[in-house]
Amino acid sequence: MLYIPGNNPAMLQQGSVYGADGVLLDLEDAVALNQKDSARILVSHMLEYISYEGCEVTVRVNHIDTPFGLEDLKQIVPLQPDAIRLPKVETLDEIKRIIDVIEQIEDEHQLPHDKMNVHVMIETALGVQNVYDIAKYSPRIDAISIGGQDLAADMQLVKANDGIGIDYARKQIVMAAKACKIDVFDTVFVDVENEEGLREDAEYIKKLGFTGKAIINPRQIEIVNEVFTPTEKEIRKAVKIVKAFERNTKEGIGVFAVDGKMVDAPVVQRAMRVLEMADIEMADL
Amino acid sequence: MELKIKAQAGSFESSDVLIMVEPQPLGVGRKIELESIVLQQFGEDLLNQINTDLDTFAISDVRVIINDKGALPPTISARLETALKRSAGIQSGTLS
Repeated sequence: MLYIPGNNPAMLQQGSVYGADGVLLDLEDAVALNQKDSARILVSHMLEYISYEGCEVTVRVNHIDTPFGLEDLKQIVPLQPDAIRLPKVETLDEIKRIIDVIEQIEDEHQLPHDKMNVHVMIETALGVQNVYDIAKYSPRIDAISIGGQDLAADMQLVKANDGIGIDYARKQIVMAAKACKIDVFDTVFVDVENEEGLREDAEYIKKLGFTGKAIINPRQIEIVNEVFTPTEKEIRKAVKIVKAFERNTKEGIGVFAVDGKMVDAPVVQRAMRVLEMADIEMADL
Repeated sequence: MELKIKAQAGSFESSDVLIMVEPQPLGVGRKIELESIVLQQFGEDLLNQINTDLDTFAISDVRVIINDKGALPPTISARLETALKRSAGIQSGTLS
């Protein structure tokens, strides 16, 4: 998911051409305090004019307790982007309050409550402690993400880029997302010049279970896509497992072997997930 | 919308537009000054858009100075709306 500063027309109008799965139009940290009105109005007009075809469009608003958050919601919610991202959510009461406001605005505009998804950002130690309660609060919360830079600041970490200080939080957030069966996105990798570091970081968080990673520069898209796209070898193996599963199921066999390795239901489930990530339909096998 | 002060929005960046608005005495009408890198090709369209947007906000007496760096229509509308709201003192939820 590519972050795009909300007050930058050039980037807003080109956002979908770089090949990211999603674009995040940012009204929060990427916008100067004295340009919040300008960015909010610009993003509103862009959402009505630009087609981000093939890209999921998310708008990150300011926190509702800042002087900007409520106005952001009033302007953006009626436009119903694919998702709205709420920064620095810390407690169950807070997410309840924000979703109530969103749904009041939707009611005022006679909009349904189930079209626009909600992404929650966890960026403080308190948020990490409460992440499961927050994530399970509403079915319209379809993703959680970790904001590494803010979390590192909240934890008073001097060094944030090696990921050591936020490792526990990453794992906790992944586990909450998996328990709620929703997506989970990792934080940005801020050292844009360090491509090898980005690859290592992306490979690590993929192993932890993250669904994807936020990026701040189009140069980072290819590396993250490469890491998260199954390799040909992984796809071949997955196809073999799923085909063997279908054959064995017809014969009433639940556990079998493929290339000398035991295959049971969880292995089949993982193989199916590989095919899903590679956009391969079961019917095509 | 009642304009009160001189205000501006936008920038000189590529694909952006800098728009300055200034309230004028009643009956003076609209004074629009346009500079654009695509004046030959889109100057007339741009002026039409500015006039249409001013109609939307019911602004009759105003001076508008536009310095366009190849902005798309939504950017032009957004920057004009921001400048007008700033001029009118409507900057909901924004620190000035």
